[in-house]
Amino acid sequence: MSTTRAAPETPRPGRDSGATASRRDRPYEPGPWRTRLHRFDMRYVPYLLIAPFFLLFAVFGLFPIVFNGVVALRHWRLDDPTLTGWAGLENFRRLFTDDDFFNALSNTFGIFLLSTVPQLLLALVVASLLNRKLRAQTWFRVGVLLPYITPVTASTLIFSVVFARDTGIANWALSLLGIGETAPIDWRSAKWSSWIAIATMVNWKWIGYNALLYLAAMQSIPRDVYEAAAVDGAGPWRQLWRITVPMIRPVVIFTVVLSTIGGLQLFTEPMLFDANPALGLGGDDGQWQTVAQLIYKVGWRDLNLGYAAAMSWALFLVILLVAAINALITNRLGGGRK
Amino acid sequence: MPGSVWTYLFLSVVIAFSAFPLYWMFVIATNTDEALAKIPPQVLPGGQLVTNLREVFSMQDVFFLQSLGNSVIVSSVVTASVLFFCSLAGFAFAKLRFKGRNALMVMVVLTMTVPNQLGVVALYILMGRMPGEGGWNGTLLAVIVPGLVTAFGVFYMRQFILDAVPDELVEAARMDGASTMRIFWSVVVPAVRPAMAVLGLLTFVATWNEFQWPLITLGGTDYPTSMVALSDLASGNYVLYRRVLAGALVATLPLLVMLFVGGRQIVRGIMEGAVKS
Repeated sequence: MSTTRAAPETPRPGRDSGATASRRDRPYEPGPWRTRLHRFDMRYVPYLLIAPFFLLFAVFGLFPIVFNGVVALRHWRLDDPTLTGWAGLENFRRLFTDDDFFNALSNTFGIFLLSTVPQLLLALVVASLLNRKLRAQTWFRVGVLLPYITPVTASTLIFSVVFARDTGIANWALSLLGIGETAPIDWRSAKWSSWIAIATMVNWKWIGYNALLYLAAMQSIPRDVYEAAAVDGAGPWRQLWRITVPMIRPVVIFTVVLSTIGGLQLFTEPMLFDANPALGLGGDDGQWQTVAQLIYKVGWRDLNLGYAAAMSWALFLVILLVAAINALITNRLGGGRK
Repeated sequence: MPGSVWTYLFLSVVIAFSAFPLYWMFVIATNTDEALAKIPPQVLPGGQLVTNLREVFSMQDVFFLQSLGNSVIVSSVVTASVLFFCSLAGFAFAKLRFKGRNALMVMVVLTMTVPNQLGVVALYILMGRMPGEGGWNGTLLAVIVPGLVTAFGVFYMRQFILDAVPDELVEAARMDGASTMRIFWSVVVPAVRPAMAVLGLLTFVATWNEFQWPLITLGGTDYPTSMVALSDLASGNYVLYRRVLAGALVATLPLLVMLFVGGRQIVRGIMEGAVKS
């Protein structure tokens, strides 16, 4: 049996040739079995290492979204398995005349605006303060992350109590300011008040997280830019808008897109703000029912999976559209190329 | 710019605002019904915590302890799996050469923007068709398996391994005859422990807090995850909030401990992920 190493059939360029050359110095020469093993290791093992990710993602991430499109074009009821079959565009056509859907869509947008805008503005302010030389710096940074690690399920239940009509601390605090002393605000009864309550929960959760993203980007801005601006008489507020925001624009766009995707899929907060969470009604008249909530209600309460799938596809398209528009607007606001 | 008094004051208000709901949860979880009905509201913790907790854990229709156990199982398995598979894939993308590497990496990044939530209807149908009696819906498998890998995990580990593991080290190990897996265990894993700690913490928190999909697939079963059990606690016509929030306190506690122990790492992890993305 030959102890010499079989020459590679086709000499491969790059790094491999270097490795072959240096292997000559080694006293031990591997046998053909080992060589084959080695070649397998170099050529195929990388694919084995990434295979679990792609396989699992394909089956449980990508396939459901594509398959959702098929389900949306079919009748698919959970209570009557025989009622299947092609529905064509019927589910989508129904969508356009469904008042519930448009109500949910407008609620979703209302809550989305009330939460995203203040959330990102406040995050900017908090980040620029965290960017100063501070004592107990770590303490502050960890502190703003408290809401991020708190389960939305838990925090929403807490806010439910905070926004109770008669015994809630929100109304009590407002009464100290002279608001609603005679008739306390019934947060759940009207659209505007329930939207504010839910938006408060969303803002509470995400301000700190976004502030850390902004802070990370701010730390790469050279200090002397600010010093020059200060010499020119620009105050902190002007510096924030004229220097900081334009210089961290990529991260700002990133957070805008991220909060668009998250905000338009809002589910847990509106679900658990309800006295009877499992129904997915979003208030007696659907005052704060979001699209994600309606999808749950149509799919698992009304047991009409086909229609629910059509709704989620519609929502998907809306999210893509809004995220793209938002990214564009943000890019321009930040002084990006027109 | 050094922080002025106003900086500290404003940041303290922000921290207070962040911590207030958690404090309020504690206040309610430790009080009696009578104390909670008072106006002005009770602002100090009471001495009822043990009583309230005992009530939560002994409820007849909500099996809170078992649900907590399920949350522990789901989050631990998912975290371990994400750490293992995402480090492997991150290593391959960062340090190994293979055809199509760049195109596949672009796919990983693109998948990060796919909102999985929008496939829930189809995912539910898919789970119903899985092998076994009645499929996977209603079982922990339905919650665990879709979480076993994350695109963010692959991306995050790749970024870290690019910098933390020098090419020369990988080459040297190869020359000593180490196989790819051997290099992974003896060279890569020891070098990326900090990143794995961060990814592990973030994954655990995210999995523990998941609500929508567990509600869909485990809702209505006796033993869901603790988040779904919490929503069960809050359902019905006569809800006792001291009991609900005592449960919420228990379900939040592991995460508070994690933030307390690994807060510095979590902050660093989020900030590093942000700069590079």
